[in-house]
Amino acid sequence: MKQQLKYDIMEVCLLAGKLLLESGAETYRVEDTMMRIAASFGIPQSHSFVTPTGIIFSIETSEPTKTKLIRISERTTDLKKVTMVNRISRKISEGNVTLDEAYEMLMEVKTANLAFSFPIQVLAASISSGCFLIMFQGKWADFIPALAAGGFGFFVLVFFQRLLQIKFFTEFLASMMIGLISLGLVRSGAGTELDKIIIGSVMPLVPGLLITNAVRDLMAGHLLSGLSKGAEAFLTAFAIGSGIAVVLTFL
Amino acid sequence: MEQVLTSFIASAGFGILFNVPKESLIKCGFVGTIGWMGYLGLTEAGMDLVLATVLSAFLVAVISQFFAKKYKTPIIIFTVAGIIPLVPGGMAYDAMRNFVQNDYNAAINLAAKAFMISGSIAMGLVFSEVVNQLIRKSKLGLRK
Repeated sequence: MKQQLKYDIMEVCLLAGKLLLESGAETYRVEDTMMRIAASFGIPQSHSFVTPTGIIFSIETSEPTKTKLIRISERTTDLKKVTMVNRISRKISEGNVTLDEAYEMLMEVKTANLAFSFPIQVLAASISSGCFLIMFQGKWADFIPALAAGGFGFFVLVFFQRLLQIKFFTEFLASMMIGLISLGLVRSGAGTELDKIIIGSVMPLVPGLLITNAVRDLMAGHLLSGLSKGAEAFLTAFAIGSGIAVVLTFL
Repeated sequence: MEQVLTSFIASAGFGILFNVPKESLIKCGFVGTIGWMGYLGLTEAGMDLVLATVLSAFLVAVISQFFAKKYKTPIIIFTVAGIIPLVPGGMAYDAMRNFVQNDYNAAINLAAKAFMISGSIAMGLVFSEVVNQLIRKSKLGLRK
């Protein structure tokens, strides 16, 4: 096997891993996918070390081991990309895709903008907030206030995330906004139960996915990923909590 | 009945936030509804919150695994949407509220409980994975 070919294989594996990790896939899936791709291109021995902020990947051949490291700085949740990369990796495993084709397909996924449009996302967030209110035994009278607070909170979150790079601060602002709106609506008589409205509207911000993923990673032996995801989840929860807390102290 | 409807819409809404493929949205809602119904039923039957969460997370994971295999998609798509209703957001909020009001005893109590519940969600998920692997491996063993 030629030198360049091996580097190309690594490149494809790492691109797939990077896309998966940035889109919020589980740690084990990232490792598994990269090793499978390497194996189906004829490199049975590969090692990967995946943390939420970087991937180290090395392949073993008859020559000295080659290792590459890439940094992951952005993490979102985009399950559509996870699905697509998964599909590509299945195709690669079946063996009817060349290296170049695989690379091109992955690049396509990378550049594609698959997200639902922003208004739809806000709408989904606000409707979910309203539904959560009902699920937590809230009254139908509070449905509209939760709709407003949840939608606006999510809008603030996404809007400021584009301007600021500090995740903690945008979450803080969003939950503060939710607190303010809920408080305002309750004071003006439009809402009745402040607690229920806030709980419902905060749900789209809550790092539930991160917390469960963190514990799962820990149990699966990915200690470093587990701890760092746990820390991220804790920071988010803390940001949301303090945002609400700031408003509540004005009560 | 309204619980069924709202949990369906809420889970599907979360599917949109997490950018689930469009064709999976309805299934996400379905998984979410089943998880929430299981949870509600168990807690109303007087079961402990933690145990009820473990069981319903297990239920969610089993159904997600079934869907994931059937439609050849990553399992995370269904588990995420299904689990969101079980996340102890309300409890975490109550804990925070008590912290702010300087009632640390109640706050620590609630925070510990919220932590236990999120742990039990993960437990439920891991259990189902273990069961799944056991089944798969034992079948493989038979074939050999």
